[in-house]
Amino acid sequence: MHEIAALMGGFATVLEPTNLLLMVIGIVLGVIIGVLPGLGGANGVAILIPLTFAMSPTSAIILLSCIYWGALFGGAITSILFNIPGEPWSVATTFDGYPMAQQGRAAQALTAAFTSSFVGALFAVILITFLAPFIARFALQFGPAEMFAVMFLAFCSFVGLGRGSPFKTITSMMLGFWLAAIGLDGMTGQLRLTFGSTELLRGIDFLVVVIGLFGIGEILITIEEGLAFKGNHAKIGLRVVLDTWRELSQHWALYLRSAVIGCWMGISPAGATPASFMSYGIAKRMAKDPKSFGKGRIEGVIAPETAAHAAGTAALLPMITLGIPGSPTAAVLLGGLLIWGLQPGPLMFVEQPDFVWGLIASMYLGNIVGLIIVLAAVPWFAAILRIPFSIIAPVILVLCAIGAYTVHNAPFDIWYVMIFGIIGYVFKKLDYPMAPMVLAIVLGDRAEASFRRSMLISQGDLSIFWSNTLVASITTVALLLLFWPAISLAWERIQPRLRYRTA
Amino acid sequence: MSAAPETFGRGPSMRLMELVVAALLVGVGGVVIWGSVKVGIGWASDGPRAGYFPFYVGLLIVGSSLVTFVQAALSVDRRVFVTGPQFMPVLAVLIPSLAYVAAIGILGIYFSSMAFIGYFMWWIGKERGWLLPAIALGAPVAVYIVFERWFLVSLPKGPVELWLGL
Amino acid sequence: MRPTWHCLAAATAAAIGFGTVSAFAQAWEPTRPVQFIVPAGTGGGADTMARAIQGIIAKNNLMKQSVQVVNKSGGAGAEGFLDVKTSPGDPHKIIITLSNLFTTPLGTGVPFNWKDLTPVAMLALDEFVLWVPSDAPFKTAGEYLAAVKTGGNNKFKMGGTGSKQEDQIITVAVEKAAGAKLTYVPFGGGGEVATQLVGKHIDSTVNNPIEAVAHWRSGALKPLCVFDGARLPVTEKMTATMSWNDIPTCKESGLDVQYLMLRGIFTTPGATAAQVAFYVELLRKVREAPEWQQLMKDGAFNPKFMTGADFTAWLTTEDARHRDLMREAGFLAN
Repeated sequence: MHEIAALMGGFATVLEPTNLLLMVIGIVLGVIIGVLPGLGGANGVAILIPLTFAMSPTSAIILLSCIYWGALFGGAITSILFNIPGEPWSVATTFDGYPMAQQGRAAQALTAAFTSSFVGALFAVILITFLAPFIARFALQFGPAEMFAVMFLAFCSFVGLGRGSPFKTITSMMLGFWLAAIGLDGMTGQLRLTFGSTELLRGIDFLVVVIGLFGIGEILITIEEGLAFKGNHAKIGLRVVLDTWRELSQHWALYLRSAVIGCWMGISPAGATPASFMSYGIAKRMAKDPKSFGKGRIEGVIAPETAAHAAGTAALLPMITLGIPGSPTAAVLLGGLLIWGLQPGPLMFVEQPDFVWGLIASMYLGNIVGLIIVLAAVPWFAAILRIPFSIIAPVILVLCAIGAYTVHNAPFDIWYVMIFGIIGYVFKKLDYPMAPMVLAIVLGDRAEASFRRSMLISQGDLSIFWSNTLVASITTVALLLLFWPAISLAWERIQPRLRYRTA
Repeated sequence: MSAAPETFGRGPSMRLMELVVAALLVGVGGVVIWGSVKVGIGWASDGPRAGYFPFYVGLLIVGSSLVTFVQAALSVDRRVFVTGPQFMPVLAVLIPSLAYVAAIGILGIYFSSMAFIGYFMWWIGKERGWLLPAIALGAPVAVYIVFERWFLVSLPKGPVELWLGL
Repeated sequence: MRPTWHCLAAATAAAIGFGTVSAFAQAWEPTRPVQFIVPAGTGGGADTMARAIQGIIAKNNLMKQSVQVVNKSGGAGAEGFLDVKTSPGDPHKIIITLSNLFTTPLGTGVPFNWKDLTPVAMLALDEFVLWVPSDAPFKTAGEYLAAVKTGGNNKFKMGGTGSKQEDQIITVAVEKAAGAKLTYVPFGGGGEVATQLVGKHIDSTVNNPIEAVAHWRSGALKPLCVFDGARLPVTEKMTATMSWNDIPTCKESGLDVQYLMLRGIFTTPGATAAQVAFYVELLRKVREAPEWQQLMKDGAFNPKFMTGADFTAWLTTEDARHRDLMREAGFLAN
């Protein structure tokens, strides 16, 4: 096998002491970046690119890609402990991760998140190692119509599952679409819904909304309920890691499915965020008791984390082979490649084998090193919950303010975070579901843009969404999922005695 | 429904809050519709225009919120949204937080954060020992080192930092 | 590199002019970290260039203070420009511009103008090339034009980055030359545009050289012509048979359209001559760094350098030209 030999060469490069050291530094910096809300992987990598000028491209990519892995791992930590997603793709992790932490199972949730991230990444790297050229061709098939179909599928796999008032669900989702639409309309170059305000020019960033709704909102609720974090009796200790692993091994099918979804989303390239939502949605639908999701199911942590990390890793493949970034962080790494004088593209595997195989080897090793580091730190992370509320809460509020600012370097965004904090508090008390809003913000503008691009290409003909097998099958599956509640309801009517417990 | 519905105590009722929020959301929907109409809500020869989707989004916000409003108006939900004793600590955090955000614009983030953490630990945490100055000073300094020195990210600064040449 | 020499000479003359002024006006240097505003998102062309400059300055110790790159991409970059416009007298802030310096105020109606900023220097000009899939039936820009014309309105799809910006302006100019409408499909970034062309979801693009070079070399795309007055200077072979220099200009292939995109540096309004002179000198050193020259070569940039009155004159002409182009295309806001 030619790939194996090349990969071994890559390992030899990566195992040089300097590179190993860079790997550890990268992972640690990445975890810090992932934990600090606002300072995401893309920002973190962009910030450090100039520092890599003095290094060889291989060392530089090892450092930067390890920051990326670290950020992917780190994003889950604050999601689970404080309900504050440090990265967009950790939002779905909060749905079950945070309830687990509140029940005193923070260490289990963290272990599950880290392990799942690792499994997802490993799956993606193996795919990249052996199927890279084939996968690159697959990615080329994704034009605007296919991309819209994928967004639509991510959307449909997630919606229609809420409890409570359907009207509140609709309101919440539409508010999300509204927030996503504010700012410059990329299709016409027009400003919309800004009403002449310069503070609305940049739109309202997803992270600003989420830090407010989830982070600040949760702190306000906590204060009302008595000034202490629940779950401070969390069991901590490395034993928990081993016990959790035993539990995780039962979910191999879930891992496989989530990793496949993640790889697909990373390569197409739709990105890690739709992957995490889609994976969570499908895990919930396929579970025997979907109603228990959102209350602290370990599957609700496994599914999004596996998919997000698989997508994040797989996103590097279109970057190397096609020069298209599968994620914002990959976009920045792409800029880095250009600065180092490398040309990403189909010839990269031929012309820069040392670099490419060094990178792939660092994906394997970086994730192993990353897993060891973060798992070893699980007790410390879980112990954060034992710090008294009156110390940790102001620090979190300060970090939320900084996070809001760093997203766009805009002081006014800190006000938005506070406003969304109040909205989050009120909405939670009135039972407005927040997940649909977040989903709509994440997917809204991208779905709209790819829809309108498709319409430009087809000159307004909707049949473009059934114009080839690929796009037709994605669209059809999406529609089936969307109308599943209606379909299953009809089924129940027909067979009143054979009621499904699922729905 | 909500995790711990309060049946006793005085305060605004759930029903009232539902009505107020739904009414506000109808207003938001109206603004969205107005903004969409301004940029064009038609379907041009080359697909939907900038306001096409936002227009229907606005309509749906108005529609669904009206239903929620009517449902709330017809309901006999007597639970209390929040009682005074519950809400006081929330205000004790919320108002200083808003003051903190305002202060960031004037003093920059470092000194505002020191004051805010100090306030929180002193008034809400009733902390009187060495931990208070340690955290109130330590956290901003750590933030400064991580953001400004390691990552070269510039955070909002006020006159004092400018004077110090940071 | 013929044209460059002229410019360098002119620039040197301008700088000497500045030098004599600043010798009297007392030299200036930054006393705290300099914010380098990028009016575009992370990972794009302007961002990459800004971070390369930051890296070159840090690596070669060209400045005592550090550089902090800050992305302010909101409203097609309007946010970044407004930030610089509203910080008069703060010399610790510079901004890298792309064509949105001209197009954003015209297209969105956000009130600013390049005259609100203090011009420092033109660093380079970015080229545009007409690309088609390598198995497309036309061999020259002339044949492409003829195909567009016979195909009729909206038959051909042109992909580009953003809306009412440089790519679409060129598209409109091509439409005028062809006498038939193209369907312009805006995407988020240059790399995406190039890949969409490889996947044949669109028929042609006007990608910058660096965005499409990898696909050219792998044989998926072919360049038809370059939208510059003269051929590109790089003569190193990029494919088995062609170098950048072998691509004809659009004008010589019968498509009389020229467009180059500014990569320039500005600072805040009210900056003194000494402050401008400091940044000019700093950028001159950056341009001498081997990393910079490599970047210019890889990206087949037009490495024109311009400062002072020349630069202002160039900006005045380009601003007027953009206004005309955008008015004709119907891109003006309101």
